[in-house]
Amino acid sequence: MNLAALFLREWRIVMRAKASLVNPLTFLFLAVLLFSLGAPGQSLHRAEFAAGILWVLVLLTNMLSLDGLFRRDYESGTLEQTLLAADAPFIPILLRVAVQWMSTGLMITLLAPILGSFLGLPASALPATMLALILGTPALSLLGGVGASLTVGFSRGGVLLGLLVLPLYVPVLIFGSGVINQQMAGMPIDAQLYWLLFISMLALTISPFAIVTGLRISVQLQ
Amino acid sequence: MLSLSEFTVKRDDNVLFEPLTLELGAGDCMEILGPNGIGKSTLLRALCGLHLSVDGQYSYTAFVYQGHRLGLDELMTPLENLSWFAALEGSTFDDARASQALQRLGIHALAFQPCGHMSQGQQRRVAMARWLLSDKTLWMLDEPFTALDAEAQILLNEIISEHCALGGAVVCATHVLLEVDGKRSVELKNISANA
Repeated sequence: MNLAALFLREWRIVMRAKASLVNPLTFLFLAVLLFSLGAPGQSLHRAEFAAGILWVLVLLTNMLSLDGLFRRDYESGTLEQTLLAADAPFIPILLRVAVQWMSTGLMITLLAPILGSFLGLPASALPATMLALILGTPALSLLGGVGASLTVGFSRGGVLLGLLVLPLYVPVLIFGSGVINQQMAGMPIDAQLYWLLFISMLALTISPFAIVTGLRISVQLQ
Repeated sequence: MLSLSEFTVKRDDNVLFEPLTLELGAGDCMEILGPNGIGKSTLLRALCGLHLSVDGQYSYTAFVYQGHRLGLDELMTPLENLSWFAALEGSTFDDARASQALQRLGIHALAFQPCGHMSQGQQRRVAMARWLLSDKTLWMLDEPFTALDAEAQILLNEIISEHCALGGAVVCATHVLLEVDGKRSVELKNISANA
């Protein structure tokens, strides 16, 4: 299986259908901006809530981009060809999730210093925030992919997708905002980071097979 | 290459057509006929494993499936789609061979245009190029004549004949009769008609 050619295809799709890249990030920026406008100035408690707000918005942004993860492929029939023609369908599917992560999780991590300072996070907490994001967001894309695979057959699967996926995101939210809060309180953050890494690794081992199974079910119900 | 024994397909626990028993070897071409809704497409989907509710035994070799959804990405050009499919199958993609196939199908001039800008018939031709380039010997085609003009229909018959002459096999669900020498036909019969 020619991995480079498979990856190139996923990359081209993101680059050509720019809305899938631009829309979620624009949403995140706007939402962060609205929060910083709604709680302006030097409010004493602002930094305390910043970690939670940032992570909730990251979860929602990720969820927003999930609906389109497999929909185009489902409608064009390339999804059924992927499941039929590939010896190991989880490889192209995993590449698709990886590219989705690069366009959401990775981009958010890179933009975190700007987003964090809008929300009033102190500069000293920004490196820990980025570390937490880069370790935690792969789990969001992988677990979200499972939800997307099950709802791809429904034309209005958005709400159902949220109900399926948001509960799975809870551990990432807890440990992710834990990292930032501990850092601001001057306490060690190793334990939370290891937990985030563990959740992402667990998601990486389980999700690909769950996603392929979910997609099979969706295609069979067509 | 394909063998069915007392094989039929169910939808909502209703058997769709009378059980089929048939054997398809190298060089065979089989057209599947029957009225709308009898289950031709569902039969092909079941053979591919895309429809699970079946009765009877079947076995098959590696195949290419062409359903109602063409399996082409609209944002990508024909050549990009073909190279992606080759990567998926694990076969090597030969640019020259792909160009030749597109030339033969009369869409070489569109090789660098996104498939989304093409007409239905032109997209169908790109899908045909995919079967031509595949290493798989068994083709399962669902209504391949849809949206094709007269010239492309002749071409399709030619391509199927050639594939069979080279030792391949074709199963084709269709309303338009194939013009292929030595073809076999099977008509799906409604189960309630004889009951």
